[in-house]
Amino acid sequence: MPEISAELSKKISDAVEKMPAFPKSVQRILELSRDINCSPKELVSVIEKDPVMTMKLLRIINSSYYSFPKQITSVNQSIVFIGLNTIKNMALSFAVIGVLPQKNAAGYDMQRYLMHSLITASLARILCQKFNKDGTDPGDCNLAGLLHDFGKVVFAQFLPEEFRLALKYSADNNVPLHIAERQIIGVDHSVVGAMLVEGWKFPKNLSDTIRHHHDESIVNSTMHDCLYVADQLSKHKSLNNGIDRVMPELPPAIAARFGGNLEEIIVKLGDLSNVVAEAQAFAQTSKEIHP
Amino acid sequence: MKIKFWGVRGSIPSPGPNTQRYGGNTTCIEVRTDDNDLIILDGGTGIFPLAQTLLKELPVTAHIFNTHSHWDHIQGLPFFIPIFIPGNNLHLYGAFDPISGAGPERIMNIQMQYSYFPVREAEIQSRMHYLTAMPHEVIKIGATSITPTLLSHPVVNLGYRIECRGKSMFFTGDHEPYYNIYESGDDGYAEYQALIEEQSQAVVDAIKGVDILIADSSYTIAEYPSKKGWGHGTFDSCIELAKAAAVKILYCTHHEPTRSDDDLEKVFAEAVARHQCQDLEIRLAREGDEFYIK
Repeated sequence: MPEISAELSKKISDAVEKMPAFPKSVQRILELSRDINCSPKELVSVIEKDPVMTMKLLRIINSSYYSFPKQITSVNQSIVFIGLNTIKNMALSFAVIGVLPQKNAAGYDMQRYLMHSLITASLARILCQKFNKDGTDPGDCNLAGLLHDFGKVVFAQFLPEEFRLALKYSADNNVPLHIAERQIIGVDHSVVGAMLVEGWKFPKNLSDTIRHHHDESIVNSTMHDCLYVADQLSKHKSLNNGIDRVMPELPPAIAARFGGNLEEIIVKLGDLSNVVAEAQAFAQTSKEIHP
Repeated sequence: MKIKFWGVRGSIPSPGPNTQRYGGNTTCIEVRTDDNDLIILDGGTGIFPLAQTLLKELPVTAHIFNTHSHWDHIQGLPFFIPIFIPGNNLHLYGAFDPISGAGPERIMNIQMQYSYFPVREAEIQSRMHYLTAMPHEVIKIGATSITPTLLSHPVVNLGYRIECRGKSMFFTGDHEPYYNIYESGDDGYAEYQALIEEQSQAVVDAIKGVDILIADSSYTIAEYPSKKGWGHGTFDSCIELAKAAAVKILYCTHHEPTRSDDDLEKVFAEAVARHQCQDLEIRLAREGDEFYIK
């Protein structure tokens, strides 16, 4: 697999520090942080739905300055360890940077990215709750889903021209985007996403899962398989605005874990309209804050 | 090991007739190890009278451990006279602040800005050393080990365990027992409860078996509900913590600034009476008191 140069890696890692978060969460954090008695639960639910805020928060919390006995993978854990007010002020410091522009030079649709990340996160969590037999934390699977495509946001923000060409190449030649990215940029979004979490002492299985979320051939963990299936399922017409696509066959080992193929798994999961509604409610851009 | 209280008041200095017996200065504790190394816990206004006594033993090497950067724990730092005298060596230890991305070097830099103080940090005459203390990473001063532990407060707060030649103490700085942010019917309740139970146990383990625990007991249990989330403990929560950690002596400190000496003694006695404490001695921290761990 193509790797990323040390120089580009540093550039991208530094850039994430300055990256603005999504409009809805920025707006809510600005509102919540004006209220001295703001609801902690709501604060958590806003941060954990924003891939940019979650990424930034967990990177700082997992930095060597706090050397926690274990890696922190949730906003709730962060609050217990470092305190509610500190997390609130960290979120505010992310919010005041501004909002991630809806339109970017790459022509990449940020709202669709967010919808996809939120739906994949929920599905990965639900799949883990239902099928995991080895104690894998559904919260960690949720996090893997939320952050798995983070590399795309990084490309859209910091390598917009190259990413635009990759999107075009993918569409023109009908090849998956990650293959097009390797062709044009030299590295795909899964490597960039994994690199961002690796450098900051996130759990190894999380970075491995992000790194290999397009790979079928490696030895699979519960988290990998939950993310892999969630990523595919999110393209199912019931979760994707009714757009009918042919669902691919799952690799046999993954199909065996979930007792069937994608169409069968989605039946087992039952009604998922809540998952879509929740993601929509959050991904929807508020008019007032639109840049 | 000698311990002396130079400031026991929380939040704001509270001089006056009502606080004469227990003192009005904000947090500052002097610790002298058996090797006469000087450790100062927090730089509230109590550090100013402490500084006067140090002028007799120049040059001074002092290790100041800041629990957190709220005013009542840093207010006295610019008045710590040894910083202005060449030849002194001062070490300031404190937590990493995730918002500014800075360690304890930022504290005095901000306090001593032109608008707030006549001397800038850059004009300090002594040698200042700043060191970011990290949880669980032991700091060695001669034969003494200091272990920081993250506690619960509206800003990052480190409690410090100090151990020297078989004697030990722990100072919490400011600490509120962990509480669940979810209601008992909520989805996240059980998960959060498990997290806080684990973390509460980690705090007990960090304090386990010390000779002396000095803990933030700002409130009574009756006052606490309206102060929840402010980052302070109660007399009762400190007693429970001391018992769980099998501490020998508990000192209650960070006295509420509006509490008179008479009231302080009254609410303290009421709290102590609520608990069975055969193996635990409980005392009120009083400015000027000193004692030895033998």
